[in-house]
Amino acid sequence: MNILYFLIGCSVFLALIFLLAFFWAMKNGQNDDTYTPAVRILFDDEIPIENKK
Amino acid sequence: MLEKFNYDNKIVRNFAIATVIWGLVGMLVGLLVAMQLFKPEMNLGNQYTTFGRIRPLHTNAVIFAFVGNGIFMGVYYSMQRLLKARMFSDMLSSIHFWGWQLIIVSAALTLPLGLTTSHEYAELEWPIDIAITLIWVVFGINMFGTIIKRRERHMYVAIWFYIATFVTVAVLHIVNSFQLPISAFKSYYIYAGVQDALVQWWYGHNAVAFFLTTPYLGMMYYFLPKMAQRPVYSYKLSILHFWSLIFIYIWAGPHHLLYSSLPDWAQSLGVAFSIMLIAPSWGGMINGLLTLRGAWDKVREDTTLKFMVVGITAYGMATFEGPMLSLKQVNAIAHFTDWIVAHVHVGALGWNGFLTFAILYWLIPRIYRTEIFSKKLVAFHFWIGTLGILFYAIPMYLSGFLQGLMWKEFTPEGMLKYPNFLETTLQLLPMHIFRAIGGTLYLIGVIVMTYNLIKTAKSGVLIADEPAEAMALEPAYAPSGSEKTWHRSLERKPMYFLVLSLIVILIGGMVEMMPTFMISSNIPTIASVKPYTPLELHGRDLYIREGCVNCHSQMVRPFRSETERYGEYSKAGEFVYDHPFLWGSKRTGPDLHRQGGKYSNAWQYNHLMDPTTMSPGSIMPPYDWLGEQTLDTTTTVAKINAMRTLGVPYAPLYEQKANADLQKQAEEITANLSKDNIKVSSDKEIIAIIAYLQRLGTDIKVGNIALQPSK
Repeated sequence: MNILYFLIGCSVFLALIFLLAFFWAMKNGQNDDTYTPAVRILFDDEIPIENKK
Repeated sequence: MLEKFNYDNKIVRNFAIATVIWGLVGMLVGLLVAMQLFKPEMNLGNQYTTFGRIRPLHTNAVIFAFVGNGIFMGVYYSMQRLLKARMFSDMLSSIHFWGWQLIIVSAALTLPLGLTTSHEYAELEWPIDIAITLIWVVFGINMFGTIIKRRERHMYVAIWFYIATFVTVAVLHIVNSFQLPISAFKSYYIYAGVQDALVQWWYGHNAVAFFLTTPYLGMMYYFLPKMAQRPVYSYKLSILHFWSLIFIYIWAGPHHLLYSSLPDWAQSLGVAFSIMLIAPSWGGMINGLLTLRGAWDKVREDTTLKFMVVGITAYGMATFEGPMLSLKQVNAIAHFTDWIVAHVHVGALGWNGFLTFAILYWLIPRIYRTEIFSKKLVAFHFWIGTLGILFYAIPMYLSGFLQGLMWKEFTPEGMLKYPNFLETTLQLLPMHIFRAIGGTLYLIGVIVMTYNLIKTAKSGVLIADEPAEAMALEPAYAPSGSEKTWHRSLERKPMYFLVLSLIVILIGGMVEMMPTFMISSNIPTIASVKPYTPLELHGRDLYIREGCVNCHSQMVRPFRSETERYGEYSKAGEFVYDHPFLWGSKRTGPDLHRQGGKYSNAWQYNHLMDPTTMSPGSIMPPYDWLGEQTLDTTTTVAKINAMRTLGVPYAPLYEQKANADLQKQAEEITANLSKDNIKVSSDKEIIAIIAYLQRLGTDIKVGNIALQPSK
C-alpha cells in the first residue's frame, strides 16, 4: 500500500501550501480587519449609466 | 489616484450561456438515464445511448459542463469586482472559455463511443485529460494575474475559496490521471486494485469538495450579500469556515471505501475526518442563512433569495448526511444503494443548481442593464424546481433504505429472505418512476428559466465593457538597488512564487514517486492469483467500454448477508493485476466479483443477448451488439506490453503468442456453447466478455489461500 504514503504526501503537501498561504495572509494583514470587507463589497464601483427608459 | 477601467462582462455572459445550454443537455441525458432504470427500452435500442455509456455522460455534463461553466461565470463576475480589476488577459479568458467548451464536446463524443477510463467523474481518456490540465493552467494564470494587479489589498474570503479550488483541483486531476496510453484513446491506470481505488476516491471525494463545494461557497459569500444588500453575518466566521474546511476536507476520501479491502486504519482515518467536517460545513451554512437575519421580508418578496435559501439549506442537509453516511453502521446499509444517489442529488440539484439559477437571475439583468422579463416565471421555476427536488430525493431515500434492508434480511432459519437479487430490484421500480417525474419537473423549471433569460437579454443591451473606477493600489514596498535581482523580485511576488514552487515540487514529487509505483507494492500477494489471459483482458476492456461498472460492483463486503449471497468476501490481493480497479459504487444489479463459474457459458451468452430470457423482469438491457461485433485483436500486443510495464508478470516475449492463446481459449468457449446449440463465431466480442466473467473471482479457493508475506 505504498499509495497511502503517496496520497498522504499529496494531502500534506496541499495542506502545507494552504498553511503557507495562511501564514502569508496573517502576516500580510489580510485578517486584521474582520468587519469592513464584508461591508465594502456591497458598494459598486461601476459608474452608473443613464437608463435609456 | 483614481483609475478608470472596464469590467469584462462579455466573458461572464458567454459562460452564462454555456451554463444554461449544458445544464439543459446534462439534465436531459440524466432523464434519459433515469428512465432506463424502469424501462430498459429507453436505451433507444443502440449501444451509444445505453445506461453504462451515458450515465458517465450525464455526470460529466452536469458536473464539469453545467456546474463548471457556472463556476467560471460566478468567478469571472465576482473576482473582477472584488479585486477591482479587469481580468488579467482577455485573450486567456477567451482561450479558457473556448477550450473548456471544446473539452466538453470531446467528452460528449467519446463517452457514448465507450472510450472511458472507468474512474468515476474522471472517465475522460488521456488526451482530454491533458487538454483539461492545459486549460486549467490558463484559468490559473488568468486568475493569479488578476490577483496581482488588483486594486484592493484585502482579498475577500470568496477569493480564497477560488484559490483553494484552483490549487486543489489541479493536484487532484494530475494525480488521478497517471495513465499509460496504449493507443490514441485507450490507456491503463498505472495503479492497480486497492491502490487505484484509493487514488480514485481520494480524487472523487475531493472533486466534490473542491469543484462542487468551495467555488460555490465563494460565490455564496459574494452573491448572497449582494442580493440581500447586507454584509455577511460574520466575516470572522467566514474566514474560520474557509481555513478549517480546506484543512479537513482532503482527508475524508477513504469513507467511500468502508468495508472494502482498504486497510482498516485508512478507513477509520476517513471516518474521523468526515465527522469533523460537519463543523466547518454547518458553520458556513449558518453564516449564509444568518446573513438574511432581519431581511426575511426580502426573501418573501424576492424569488432569487428564495433560491439561495433553499440552496444553502440543501448544502446543510447534504453536509450533515455526508458525515452520517461515513459512519460504518450507516454505510453498511446505504452503500451501493439509491441512498447515495439521493444524497448527491440533494447537493447537485439543491446546492449547485439553485445557487446557479439564483446567480443567473441576478446577474443577467445586471449585465444587460434591464429588468428580469417575468418575475412570475421566476417564481414558477422556484416552486417547480423545489417540488422536483422533493419528488426526486424522497423516493430515492425510500428506495435506498428498502433495498439496503432487503439485501440484509434473513429468515428465522438463517437463510437470505430475498436470495434472488432481482426481487429487490423490482420493488424499486415505482420509486424510480417517481424519481424520473421529479427530474422532469426540475428540467421543466430550467426550460422556463432559459426562456425567461433569453427574453430578459433581448430586452436589454449587453454592457460588454462595464466602466468602473477605483483607487490605484499603492505598492506596499518599492524595490531598489540589489533588491532588483531576478530572484529578489520573484520573492516579492508571493503568487508567482507559489505557482512556480508548486510546479517544481510536483515535478520533483513525480520523479521521486514514479519508481515506487512501477515496482510491486507490499500488498500481500496471493500465489494463486494469476494475470488475465489475453482473451480475458480484452473481455475486461469490453466490460469497461460498456460501463458495466456503473451498475455492478466487484467488491463482496465481509458481511454474512453478502458472503451468503455472492460467496467469499473480496481480498486486497485478488486485485493486484486490475488496472484499473472495477469495484463500482452502485449495485443496480448484483455484485459480480464471484461471478466466475456460477453459471454456464450458455447462460452468460443468453443473458447478455437478452437478460430477460434468463431473469424475467430484469431491467438490464440486451447487449446483442456484442454478439455481432468482431473483437479487435490488433491491440493485444500493445495491451500485454503495457501491462508488463505496469508490473503484471507476463512471461518474456509472451505478447508474440498471446493472440494464439486468445484464439485457443475463444474456440474452447465456442465449442462449449455449441453443445447448448448456440452457434457463434469465436471472433465475436461476446466470447471475450464471457471469458472475463467466467474468470472473475475464481483465483482463490476458499480455505487454502496461501498468503505470501509482504516484501
